[in-house]
Amino acid sequence: MSLNFTLAARNLFHDRLRFIATAVGIVFSVVLVMVQMGLYLGFGRMVTTMIDHADADLWVMRQGTKAFEDPSLLDANKQEDILAVNGVASATPLVIGFSDWRLSSGEMTPVFLIGSNGGLQPWDVVAGSAQALSQPGAVAVDSTYRQRLGITGLGSQANIRGQKVHVAAVTEGIRSFTTTPYVFVDLEHARQFIGLPKSVTSYFLVKLKPGADRARVQHELQASMSKVAVLTTAQFRDRSRDFWLFGTGAGAALFGGALLGVIVGTVIVAQTLYSSTKDHIEEFATLRAMGSSNRYIYAVIIYQALLNAVIGFALASAIGFIVVWVTSQGALPVVITPLLMAAIFGLTIVMCIGSALTAILRVVRIDPAVVFSR
Amino acid sequence: MSETVLEARKVNKKLGSGAGEVHAIKDIDLTLCGGELTMLMGPSGSGKTTLLSVLGCMLTPTSGTVLICGKSIEGASKEALAALRRQHIGFIFQSYHLFPTMTAAENVQLALDVRGERGAQARKRAEEALARVGLAHKVSSYPTQLSGGEQQRVAIARAIVSDPSAILADEPTAALDSNNGQAIMSILASIAKDPSRGVLVVTHDSRLTSYADRIIFIEDGRLVREERRRSKRDRPRAAAIRGRGS
Repeated sequence: MSLNFTLAARNLFHDRLRFIATAVGIVFSVVLVMVQMGLYLGFGRMVTTMIDHADADLWVMRQGTKAFEDPSLLDANKQEDILAVNGVASATPLVIGFSDWRLSSGEMTPVFLIGSNGGLQPWDVVAGSAQALSQPGAVAVDSTYRQRLGITGLGSQANIRGQKVHVAAVTEGIRSFTTTPYVFVDLEHARQFIGLPKSVTSYFLVKLKPGADRARVQHELQASMSKVAVLTTAQFRDRSRDFWLFGTGAGAALFGGALLGVIVGTVIVAQTLYSSTKDHIEEFATLRAMGSSNRYIYAVIIYQALLNAVIGFALASAIGFIVVWVTSQGALPVVITPLLMAAIFGLTIVMCIGSALTAILRVVRIDPAVVFSR
Repeated sequence: MSETVLEARKVNKKLGSGAGEVHAIKDIDLTLCGGELTMLMGPSGSGKTTLLSVLGCMLTPTSGTVLICGKSIEGASKEALAALRRQHIGFIFQSYHLFPTMTAAENVQLALDVRGERGAQARKRAEEALARVGLAHKVSSYPTQLSGGEQQRVAIARAIVSDPSAILADEPTAALDSNNGQAIMSILASIAKDPSRGVLVVTHDSRLTSYADRIIFIEDGRLVREERRRSKRDRPRAAAIRGRGS
């Protein structure tokens, strides 16, 4: 290995205080970027969680529907039109909407109802069963909202829109990014609780027959009905995510925070690398006097930047994983994927090498003859 | 006959600009031959360091020509000058300029590293160079663990490890006591016995002249006198400097 790497490492670790200050700066920066992007991913997953868990090849919805939670209504009679298209195996109505949950204490809290007879059932059930929702007044709620909904577990009772309900299933981890609890019921009860007539639905979840061409069926469904949108699950997922992340400005805020982290990190690393280079300027002048090329000297600074990046990233990753663990049961979990880790590592490298530019500009101006006068 | 390793022809160097311009060295003609230890002596501000910088390809002359092993540096870029330095010149500085975070062997090895010579072979050469200056037992010591004399010997090992044609030493004994100064000059004199290598030493110390084969005196940027000696016992012989212009 070249000695300029050894020189870079020794110089970096020689001044421990400065190294710690640099590492703290990088860790702060990387953790900020990691958390912001982790929130972005976590938010992106949460807003599409219902779409991801629905049993559908195609979604039929009212034209202009922006996201899953957008309560636009369709004529329920379109089910016949859908089933008439060649390749369609089933079209299951799904009703969504807000309602009020009245606790036994008399307090009211808003809930988001999801009503379906098979197309979208609660998952990760930890008590009771999803099949029990077919019973009159049966609901499924998530354990996260136990206190909020005033329930103790299976069999707990409450009122929705004046009708008595009881908890027949408890899930774990089905949380809403809007903080309004999801409540699963069957289709008929959902309509009653939301106050919708039997003639309407929010969505049709379309399943295709084996071997059916999804693109063709999608095209034929779209052509056969007016004022509806027919989307694949992936298309609807993207539309929902785009609406919540970019239509509301939430995504821009998260990206803004991440950008701030990059700027802070770049400034801190640039400042410390510059001051380190200035402190070791005689050594760089000596190298130059000995005939080293500029590239050799730049490599010393770049190696220092890379060492800063690797060490800072390693420490930040450890903190990042703690953040993931702490938020995993919260309202908005931070999600860090291997791809995100790789991207942030790359960003950290670019940030630190970019920061080295000011130091490199300093050594470019070195006059090797100064070694004679010092 | 010894070959010329370094040559200056009618070299002038002006430093600064405008009212602050200084004509630091004037019409210098000088040759440094292999197998010779040449001393450059003169009062402070006489242009010794500027001449050393020009001969060492750290500064380019305002006019005139410098030749390194017969090759003119005229028009050479900074990178080309750096390449000439690493191929042909070894430097020894008054304040050693060792790298404090590196061991003696690593400091010496750096001179090979900048030339792209790495690995076990480079390490071996560095240790051999340290052995030549009597520091075989200090290869793993850091500069702070060495005396001033030992540090300067490491600097000499660094200067010779790549077998340069010319060694340029700037006041190598100025920071040392008399005994260490004599020891350093003794090493430099032995290095200068190699007919393919010339050594130029800038010094104020007239007690060291016995080590020189030739002494050149500089005043106000001009070479004014030269004394050539065949051996230490020979009496100094004054000689006019070619093209001194005064």
